[in-house]
Amino acid sequence: MPEKTRDELVQIDFKPPEREWMDPAIDFEARRGTWSYPGAAKNLRYLGFPNPREWSPTDEDWQLPENWQQIIHDGLAERLNKYRSLKLFLDVCVRCGACADKCHFYLGSGDPKNMPVLRAELLRSVYRNDFTAAGKILGRIGGARKLTPAVLKEWFYYFYQCTECRRCSVFCPYGIDTAEITMLARELLNLVGLNINWVIEPVANCDRTGNHLGIQPHTFKDNIEFLVDELEGATGVRVAPSINRKGAELLFVVPSADYFAEPGIYTFMGYLLLLHALGVDYTLSAYASEGGNFGLFTSHDTIKRLNYKIYHEAKRLGVKWILGGECGHMWRVIHQYMDTMNGPADFLEPPVSPITGTAFTNAAATKMVHICEFTADLIKHGKLRLDPSRNDHLRVTFHDSCNPARAMGILEEPRYILRSVARNFFEMPENTIREQTFCCGAGAGLGNDENMEMRLRGGLPRANAVRFVHEKHGVNRLACICAIDRATLTTLMEYWVPEVDVSGVHELVGNALVIDGEKPRDTDLRGRPLAGGKGDADA
Amino acid sequence: MRVVWSFLLVVLLAAIAFFGAEAGGQALFGVVFPYVAMVVFLVGIAARVLSWARSTVPFRIPTTCGQQRSLPWIKPAPLDNPSTGRGAAARVLLEVLTFRSLFRNTRSELRPGGRFTFSPDKWLWAGALAFHYSFLVVFLRHYRFFAEPVPAVVGWIEGLDGFFQVGLPVVYLTDIVLVAALGFLLWRRLEDARLRYLSLHADYFPLALLLGIAVTGVLLRYFVRPDVVRVKELAIGLVGLHPAVPQGISPLVFAHIFLVTVLLAYFPFSKLVHMAGVFLSPTRNLANDNRMRRHVNPWNPAIVGHTYAEWEHEFHDKLKASGIPLDEE
Repeated sequence: MPEKTRDELVQIDFKPPEREWMDPAIDFEARRGTWSYPGAAKNLRYLGFPNPREWSPTDEDWQLPENWQQIIHDGLAERLNKYRSLKLFLDVCVRCGACADKCHFYLGSGDPKNMPVLRAELLRSVYRNDFTAAGKILGRIGGARKLTPAVLKEWFYYFYQCTECRRCSVFCPYGIDTAEITMLARELLNLVGLNINWVIEPVANCDRTGNHLGIQPHTFKDNIEFLVDELEGATGVRVAPSINRKGAELLFVVPSADYFAEPGIYTFMGYLLLLHALGVDYTLSAYASEGGNFGLFTSHDTIKRLNYKIYHEAKRLGVKWILGGECGHMWRVIHQYMDTMNGPADFLEPPVSPITGTAFTNAAATKMVHICEFTADLIKHGKLRLDPSRNDHLRVTFHDSCNPARAMGILEEPRYILRSVARNFFEMPENTIREQTFCCGAGAGLGNDENMEMRLRGGLPRANAVRFVHEKHGVNRLACICAIDRATLTTLMEYWVPEVDVSGVHELVGNALVIDGEKPRDTDLRGRPLAGGKGDADA
Repeated sequence: MRVVWSFLLVVLLAAIAFFGAEAGGQALFGVVFPYVAMVVFLVGIAARVLSWARSTVPFRIPTTCGQQRSLPWIKPAPLDNPSTGRGAAARVLLEVLTFRSLFRNTRSELRPGGRFTFSPDKWLWAGALAFHYSFLVVFLRHYRFFAEPVPAVVGWIEGLDGFFQVGLPVVYLTDIVLVAALGFLLWRRLEDARLRYLSLHADYFPLALLLGIAVTGVLLRYFVRPDVVRVKELAIGLVGLHPAVPQGISPLVFAHIFLVTVLLAYFPFSKLVHMAGVFLSPTRNLANDNRMRRHVNPWNPAIVGHTYAEWEHEFHDKLKASGIPLDEE
């Protein structure tokens, strides 16, 4: 927790500074709490990434390669040809300002360079200088800047102060997507060895062990067995998930946080209970043991490198199709990149629910189905016995996670599930949900402790909306379908709205699911007593 | 102050043309510059669009602003989250014609106690729409000068535009709206501290230029009243590629024409290229059918991750000890 109190943090000054934005000056020392530690040399070395060294943003000399300006210039030239998005977004912005107050980091910090338009201008000004006639002739008058060390430092600060949530892109009349700008700017930064450890270490871990947390296969199995024991304690039902089993019908891939720590583990228990109750023939993999993909926060090549494992493992195990757990940026990768990068998945079959026979035609090519799509279909077909009164101790709201909302559009499925498994469901205000949802403030690799002040600032608009429904409806549970959310919203709630806990949607499914052979349930999956004692339901 | 420089520049440009024409430079301002500007405009825009088109679209990255098409009983949002090319085309068309994304705009305010409120804010949308449509109508009305006989449709537009029959000559609604909308767009840029902070010369100059064009145009139509027949002679000569400069045209006409000339020449090198770019935006013009249909990246790099065999080799003993099945014993 930062030293600042809640009252101090909400004293936000939206008055822009006197100094013009084109004159960069980041005092990293004074801004502690708002930036992330750099990538450790060992992780860069493992990955074969450029310029591994020990350094700190507070150093005067960042130990860049001698020709760093040329490297970035060439890198930008290459990406302008490869990505129409980049070239177009750098050319067409009219600086209308519609995006300005849409960014959670701007709202929480008042720092004008967190306005999406200015975040992009940081790169755009250098693009003008290097690649446009007007910029070359007019220079600063034409909005052009040379790439100086100070500008580069500013890039590092602000492109690792964007969570790639795409909220600004919803409001932009040209659909300019700051996530795209940030992703490509981070690629450029990576070319000269500027990255953050909270991204690079998970990437290195994932490449080596199969998951971001660096959990090795024997520990993976231990963790799963521990959760199976816990689940038996809570429900009396012993589930038996298999690991790396060939010939299973489905491969089930979840974000690693779900089998590692609270509160994700309760979501994981919900998955296991559901798949057990239905007798689904599935396997987990200790090799493809990560759904998330911190490559998304590094470079397109890294996305592909990490995501390689999922299809590779599905092919090796001979499954028919792949089921994916609740995770935000994972689903951006699965939905918008996986088939293009790692496909075609012609060794898999178009996904069909083994329980209802529903063909998931929307996943016919990628052959990977979101568990909320899977479960919503089950509920619609009456395949689940549910006792929503078991969630009566909870008053639930739903946080749309950025990527599933704005890079996929899975809005109704989780809501349908929540309304089916819980009786007290309340929406947050409309400008804070669905496609307008506010980020947790800590996605895209920013969910580390050293960046805590900026996380709490960036999460303020989300926390605000939660506080609103907490005060109005007594909401005490914030459900979401993202593993980063489950970790970081928990911290956010502890600070801003401590009365509210965070969970996945499938934890609530697990609570409500009636299974043959279960013991009378008097607690939820967390071991907390149900409302009014057992059997008190008036469903 | 960037805005002052922009306006001074426009006034200077108008003055150059005004006095230049008076000093006998009618052919330069009435023929040579317009032709050069037209070529720069056409070639410049074509080059810009081609340069965008040359860049590949490796990934299908629509920003989804509504429910996806998934299960048959869940109603998708065909415009905000189109799953077909036709839907995406409709999305772009509505974006172009109605500025749909801008219509969503909200204004956030920080209230005491650290509470944010978000309220609908249609002003930017209304101002932008008013400017673009009135500019379009004014543009179309000018066909009166370039075609003989005047196309009937131009007459209809003029009839509608002058519907209220106020003043003599009849005041066109779009003249008022155009100037008012430009004034509003300029005012908000100056009034809002954060917009003022981020605005560049490149933001003020087009507004100043357009206002210069509009104001000279209004002066010409309602106050100076030049000899329209001769102006039309000039215009028809230009489009017919046998230019001639009739004598006795007011120098203000040349100021007006020269500002338009500058706009044309400036257009391809400025943010005004959004006019063409809006059609090509990958977050708007692609269907969200990623998992249904394969999208091919023409330069998809051959990247192989850490393979299962490598992984099993490294963790062989641990896998064996924990009883996880192995490919090789």
